[in-house]
Parts: sequence; structure tokens; C-alpha cells
Amino acid sequence: MIAADFAPLAVALPLLGAAVAFILMRYSRAQRLVSVTVLGLTLGLAVVMLLAAPSAGTHAVRLGGWEPPFGIVLVVDQFSALMLVVSSAVSLVVLIYAAGQGTEDSGDEAPVSIFHPTYLILVAGVSNAFMTGDLFNLYVGFEVLLTASYVLMTLGGTAPRVRAGITYVVVSVVSSMLFLIAIAMIYGATGTVNMADLATKLDDVDPATQLVLHLMLLVAFGIKAAVFPLYFWLPDSYPTALAPVTAVFAGLLTKVGVYAMVRVETLLFPGGRLGSFLMVVALVTMVVGILGALAQSDLKRLLSFTLISHIGYMVFGLALSSRLGLAAAVYYVVHHIIIQTSLFLVTGLVERRAGTADVDRLGGLARLSPLLGILFFIPAMNLAGIPPFSGFLGKLGLLEAGVDAGTPLAFVLVAGAVFTSLLTLLVMARVWNRAFWRSTEDVEDPEPILLVGTAPDSTASGMHRVADQITGTSLAKESVKLLPGSMTGPTIGLVTLGVALTFLAGPLYTLTDNAAADMLERTPYIEAVLGVGAGT
Amino acid sequence: MTVDLTLIVLMAAFLAAGLYLLLERSLTRVLFGLILLGNGVNILILAMSGVGGAAAFYTEGTSGRDYVDSLPQALILTAIVITFAVTSFMLGLIYRSWVLGRKDEVQDDPESLRRETEDDYGHADDADRAADASEFPHPAEVRPLPRARTTPASGSRSASGSTGGQAR
Repeated sequence: MIAADFAPLAVALPLLGAAVAFILMRYSRAQRLVSVTVLGLTLGLAVVMLLAAPSAGTHAVRLGGWEPPFGIVLVVDQFSALMLVVSSAVSLVVLIYAAGQGTEDSGDEAPVSIFHPTYLILVAGVSNAFMTGDLFNLYVGFEVLLTASYVLMTLGGTAPRVRAGITYVVVSVVSSMLFLIAIAMIYGATGTVNMADLATKLDDVDPATQLVLHLMLLVAFGIKAAVFPLYFWLPDSYPTALAPVTAVFAGLLTKVGVYAMVRVETLLFPGGRLGSFLMVVALVTMVVGILGALAQSDLKRLLSFTLISHIGYMVFGLALSSRLGLAAAVYYVVHHIIIQTSLFLVTGLVERRAGTADVDRLGGLARLSPLLGILFFIPAMNLAGIPPFSGFLGKLGLLEAGVDAGTPLAFVLVAGAVFTSLLTLLVMARVWNRAFWRSTEDVEDPEPILLVGTAPDSTASGMHRVADQITGTSLAKESVKLLPGSMTGPTIGLVTLGVALTFLAGPLYTLTDNAAADMLERTPYIEAVLGVGAGT
Repeated sequence: MTVDLTLIVLMAAFLAAGLYLLLERSLTRVLFGLILLGNGVNILILAMSGVGGAAAFYTEGTSGRDYVDSLPQALILTAIVITFAVTSFMLGLIYRSWVLGRKDEVQDDPESLRRETEDDYGHADDADRAADASEFPHPAEVRPLPRARTTPASGSRSASGSTGGQAR
């Protein structure tokens, strides 16, 4: 009995928790307790599995005792254990943040009580997608997390969210249909949907058919990962959702797509046949994404575009299909999940403190709340890749891998990556200068609440009184705290974790390097599922 | 592998019609498109199970080759449930959109449109502040607000300030 034998619990626990949380719908405090406990347990399990993974190797759990390739298997290798740890840690932090927001807003709105069960189902879907060793089960995992995300996206049913939700649902369903068509055709070609079994059988399929299947899967996952030219849905839909929802979507959902692409490229169709194609895609994703970010003034939309742009980095590492590139890409995924989520959480705080996330109307935030300034500045510089931070280490790894590959296209990508990094710095510096550094007097049309903070009468109650006069909204309810500790706390935690990635970089790179080696070798995965000798 | 041509033709018709409807602007048609697409894909999976055969219950003396491949049927069953759930959710969204007073149409993203129509990002920074020489406050500034002591420079609002955030 080893830790990885408990892998199904990482899916079952959130699902059970969702059921309990649903029953406790009327008791919001108990609901919060249940969901935080469940995610805490899931995180604990994931950490134990990750710590055991290097010594235990790749481990497969047969669900219901069915022998592979007939039954569904869950496979825990170092890559999936790492992704599981990061995803459960980030989702736990975001849950605490959301719970804090719920408490502060007195939590009596009806739609919010559905938040916890749905959120837990989302986490279950993500965990399932990270661990499954069965292509159809991967589809089910995707559908579980997508269906939960549809509900979270349209929470409250306001007009902008319904508008964005419809686009999001249609695009997601189309990508799922493409995935399903690919599964059907793969089944037709090989007679199996078990990923390890496919790895051994797909080699015998006619190369032209292989190419079709390969491309179908890449397009389906490319929509989910939001790579060029399949990213248009993302900046339209993400910014309208609640701040914690956007944060967890930006951190996790696109990365599930990237994860699936990694599995396709390493396990199912190894050898990097589409490597050059993916490199071009990565380059255009990076550059177009960041140019999009330059044109935005709404902070949430701007961050959505940087999210797209940085997906390009991961695809770059993957496209190199070398051990160095893959290791750097995995490190970059971990870094980016944490940093992008922190940035969106901070944006939620900015919106709460200042009443808007439109950079054109913000100003003087660093003076108004130095804490908020620091919380934004660190992940922003981290994303841009300023040296001490993990963003720099991740990009350095990718650049090294690119130079190591040595092809002309790889050098073009290295240049593109540096260029994108510079533009990211420009975008982030511009946000910093406008929203945080400039004085409110320089803002053309400042959000009224920003002016209130500089007034002599800036005590909390006086502030709310004046804010009430200006906006006439419910913001000025006496009970509303602008920056409650229950929301800044989790944000501080996640930003600290992002900084800690610098100090953990050594062990983490060793881990991702081993994971990359295992994935490229393929035999550990195949033998874990089908038994020794199957992979040859 | 043997493939049933009827099923393939049916699937192609479903997918083509579904795709056509999906590209329509009307949300109800988009919904029908999704339903057709889902069913078309299910037929494709069914076609991938090859020729028909005996139901997959164990019968004494039947060779393994005479049974139908039952795995695709299990996959279809799962896919049907998922499509059903998503369809009903989509129906709920469309109804909500209609309740909110929108037409039965895909709506444009207002922020996208705003970005497209706006002329220049750095407008606010580059505006010539000295041009605003009026002694009287801009109409938009007259608010019940004790602001005079906080922002003495607020009178220098540029005259061209109607592009950016004021669209809100």
C-alpha cells in the first residue's frame, strides 16, 4: 500500500464534499467549513503523493478492479502529482478568498450558496483530468470541470455574465465535440481508449491517419488552452465573472488544456512530428497575446491577454520536445498558475478598494493602500521575469532549452520570448504607473472613491459616508470592509508562495527534469499501466 | 474494420446542419446546432463500433466475434447525459438572456467594441491641459462633493475628456 493508491480520493473527496456542501446550502458557515476542510485534505493527500512520487515511480490505480486496457486507470507520476499539488493549493487559497468575500458581503445572496458545491465539483474535474490514464475519462474530467465552470461563470445571472457565459458555453461545447470526434476516430483506428495502450498501438497506425488524429486532439486542447488562433473566447468571457472565479479559471482551466497537450505530445504522439508547427503557434500566441494586452485598459481584460501570451511560453517548451524544454515548460506551468492567480486575486482587491478595475480611472493606489501596491508589484514583476523571481528562472530555462535545440526556428522563438517578456514588463509597468503610482490629481476621470481616501476625513465611517454621497450605491453599508483580512490574507499567502518558488527552484527543477525524462521515455507510464514488458 | 455507410452519411448530415445552425446569430438556432452536433458525434461513435452483432450478454456457445462491441455504447451513453445537461443549462441561459430584455441573439462584447472605436490609448496623458482655460467648472464636475480642498488641480480637466472612461 503506497500513497498513490489513495489517488481516487483526490477526485472522490471534492465530489463528496460538494454533496455535503449542497445539503448544507442554508448554513453558509458550515458550508464554508466543509469545503475548506475537504480541499485541505485533498491538498494534504496531493503533497503526500508528490513526496512519495520520486521513490515510488509511476503508479497506476485500477478503478473497480478492472484490468487495463479494459477498465479505467488513474495514473500518478511526478508530473500529475506536481500538477495536483499546485492545483489543490491554488484552489484552496482562492476558496478561502471567496469565503472571505462572501462573509464580508454578509453572504445572504441566494446564488452564492451554490458557489461552494460547484467549486468543489470544479476541483474534482481538474484532479480527474490531471490523473486519468484513459482518454474518454479525460473527456469526462473535462466535462465535469467545464460544466462546473459554466455555473461559476454565470453566477448571479447578470446581463454581462449571461452574455459572456453563452459565448463561453458554445465555444467549450464545440471544443469538447472535437475532442469526442477525435476519441471516436482513435477508437476506430486502434480499438482502445486507454492512453498507455494507445501509446503502444498508435505507432502501427498509418502516418497520415496519425496526423489527423494528432491534429484533432491538438485543436480540441488548443481551444481549452487558448493558444493562437483559438483564444478569442477567453478575453471576452473571463473578465465578467466574479474575481475569485476569474482567478481560479485563469490559473487552472487553461493549464488543464496545456497538461493534455503535454500528454498528447509525449505519450500518444512522441517524437515531436508537429514540433515546428507548435513552435510557430507558440510564437504567434506569445506576441499576439501581449500586443492585445498593450491595447487594454481594463485590468481584468489586460491580465486575460497576458495569460494567453504566457501560454505561448509553455507551448514553446513543449514544442522543443527535448528534456530541457519539457522540464522548463512544466516549471513554467507551475509558476504561471500561481502568479496569474495571484494577479487576478489582487485585481479583485483593487476593484473592491477602488470601485473599478479600469486603469484609466485608477490612480494613487500605492499611497492609498501600500499593502495593495506590494501585493500587485511582486507578482507583476514576477510575471515579467525580473531576475530574483521564478518568472525569470522559468524563462531562463526555456531560453536555454531553445538555444540548446539550435535550429533557426528555435532561435526565432528565443528572440520572440525575450521580446514578449520585455513587452510584459512594459504592460505591467504601465499598469503600475497609472493605477498605483500616479497621483489621483492626474487622473482624467477618477473613480470618486479614490478621491475620498485623500480627504482629511478619511476615517472608515467618514469614508463610507462620503462614498455614499458620491456613488449612492450599497458600497457604503457600514458593515462593508474595503480590504478585509480574510481576503488580503489568502492573497498574501499566494504571493508569498510565488516568491517561495525562487527558493524552491532547485528541488523543483530536479523534479520537473525527472518528470520530463519519465515522460519522454514513456516506458515508466506504459509499464505502470499495462505491466512490465508492455512498453517494448 | 467494417463501417456502416448509412451511419456515416447520417453523421455527416447532422454535423453539417449542426455547424450551420451554430454559426447563426439567433441563440435558439445555436442551441439546436449544439443538439445536432452532439447527436452527430454520438452517431460517429456508434459507427466506430463496427458491424452489429448479438447483445453483449453472455450466451453459452456464442463466439466472441458475434457480439457487438459494447464499449462505444457505454461511451455514447455518457456523452448523451453530458450533452443533455449542457443543453438544459444552455436553455436556462438563453431564457435568462431573454428575461433580461435582450433579443434572442448573440450579444457583442461592449468592452471589445469600446477598444475598437477608441482612437488612442494614451489620450489622457497626451491631452493638452493648458487648452482648458475656462473659469467655469466642467458640467460633469458639479457634484455634491467636498472636493475643493482635496483636488485643487481638478479644474484643469482637459476638454477632450469625453472619450475614455466617461462612456461608463
